[in-house]
Amino acid sequence: MSVTDPAAPGPRTAFAPNRLGRLGWIALVVYVIYAGSQLGFSAERFSSGLEHGHRFLVRMFPPSFARWELIYDGILESLQIAVIATFFGILMSLPVGLMAARNLMPAWISWPMRGVIALCRSFHPIIVAILFVKAIGFGALAGVMALVVASVGFISKLFAEAIEEISLKQVEAVRATGAGFLSILIMGVQPQVLPRFIGFATYQLDSNLRNSTMVGIVGGGGIGAALFTAYQRFDFDVVLAILIVIVSLIMVAEIVSGWARRVFQ
Amino acid sequence: MTVATQLERDWQRFTPLKRLSRFAFYLFAALALVISLRTIDVIPEFLYDAPDQMTDLFKRMWPPDPSYIRPTLQGLIETLHIATLGTIIAIGLAVPIGLLAARNVTPNFALNLFAKFVFVTSRSINSLVWALLFVAIFGPGPLAGTLAIAFRSIGFTGKLFAEAMEEANAGSIEALTAAGASRSSTLLLGYWPQIRPAFWSIALFRWDINIRESAVLGIVGAGGVGVALDTALNLLYWDQVAVVLIAIFAVVVLAEIVVTSVRARLL
Repeated sequence: MSVTDPAAPGPRTAFAPNRLGRLGWIALVVYVIYAGSQLGFSAERFSSGLEHGHRFLVRMFPPSFARWELIYDGILESLQIAVIATFFGILMSLPVGLMAARNLMPAWISWPMRGVIALCRSFHPIIVAILFVKAIGFGALAGVMALVVASVGFISKLFAEAIEEISLKQVEAVRATGAGFLSILIMGVQPQVLPRFIGFATYQLDSNLRNSTMVGIVGGGGIGAALFTAYQRFDFDVVLAILIVIVSLIMVAEIVSGWARRVFQ
Repeated sequence: MTVATQLERDWQRFTPLKRLSRFAFYLFAALALVISLRTIDVIPEFLYDAPDQMTDLFKRMWPPDPSYIRPTLQGLIETLHIATLGTIIAIGLAVPIGLLAARNVTPNFALNLFAKFVFVTSRSINSLVWALLFVAIFGPGPLAGTLAIAFRSIGFTGKLFAEAMEEANAGSIEALTAAGASRSSTLLLGYWPQIRPAFWSIALFRWDINIRESAVLGIVGAGGVGVALDTALNLLYWDQVAVVLIAIFAVVVLAEIVVTSVRARLL
């Protein structure tokens, strides 16, 4: 009886070549060339673009903060939109996420709720903002509503998943003391999910802040309107100034939300 | 200290500093909310007829215009190409920068910092803004959209890639180095097998996000199904808008199903 040695025939190689993997890489290269030709990429387009890019950069520098009060108002409105949208988004996500958790709710509640969440998540906030601008007119309110929808989609999904991962022992222990449903939620579920919930909420605040600087492009209020107007007027130095303000605001917000997550760890 | 006094100690869940910082967080959040609510510029009159406007909107949207399906599908295919190609370019750019950002691969603080700065810049600028910039450079069209998606994704993919590299087990890498492996062999045979699952799941996750994002880029002229959406919106053909929205919804749901099933098989 002989034990078949898998490496017996031929010389042993420590790292056998992965033929299937190589085929995959070739397929990738073929796809890139095909998709590139479909989208009309070409070398001339690229080189002429670099020339435009050079002129574009020249016109961007130095950034112009001459209309700073316009930038200030826009940024302030973006901040307000982000804060309000996050608050109402969280407020609505609490019941929606709870109802979508399959371990606490019967299927006839959780599945429709999961559908609602999927619907909220599948459209980009800008598209939702367009619809709200039509429904309630131009201004910050449309932006707030659009970002509330986005927040509900994101937070409730993660919140439902967090609830589904909790340990049911603590829930059962609280239930065994004869507690009602609300007490079970507060004493059995809430301590297990609060740190993660704060994590989602601060992450969503960051995300809302990013998007609140954009909803203005479609009329939803905030700095986006000023950005888009400056862009259309070819005031690229103002565009650069606005971008610098947006990026630094987002960086500050990321530091603050990182701090908040550490506090609740 | 006797046992009795020890038992009577007042046990508390959090240290005073922790409680203070939690309180500060709640206070800060409440203040921000109150100030925002009081100062935001909202015209309440617009809210009164919002339900009417909403029903009007849906009435105009129904029934969707079937003649608009063809341009929508063309746009959708373009969007899929933009998202896929953008993701591929992003990963191609993010991997080298990610290697610079990973502290165990590149033990140079200045290079780490530079790579992190690239990631933060890429992530902080919204894809619509990237699209605006590239439209100004390359003119309207899917080229601008693809580059916008790529540049926006570098930060996300690169950051996660660098984190996966930093979490790689040093044992097998040391073994390879001890055997005299070159730098590229260490990367290819030491790191790559360890981070491969993370790598594919990052790529898939970003592709899923990019499909959503590339669907709106057409609003600023960067190609894809957003162009069809923008045309229909500007002409107030809401029945055509409905076609585009249904198509986007279908593709996003489909992409999510694909990503979940592929990821379940990969991991």
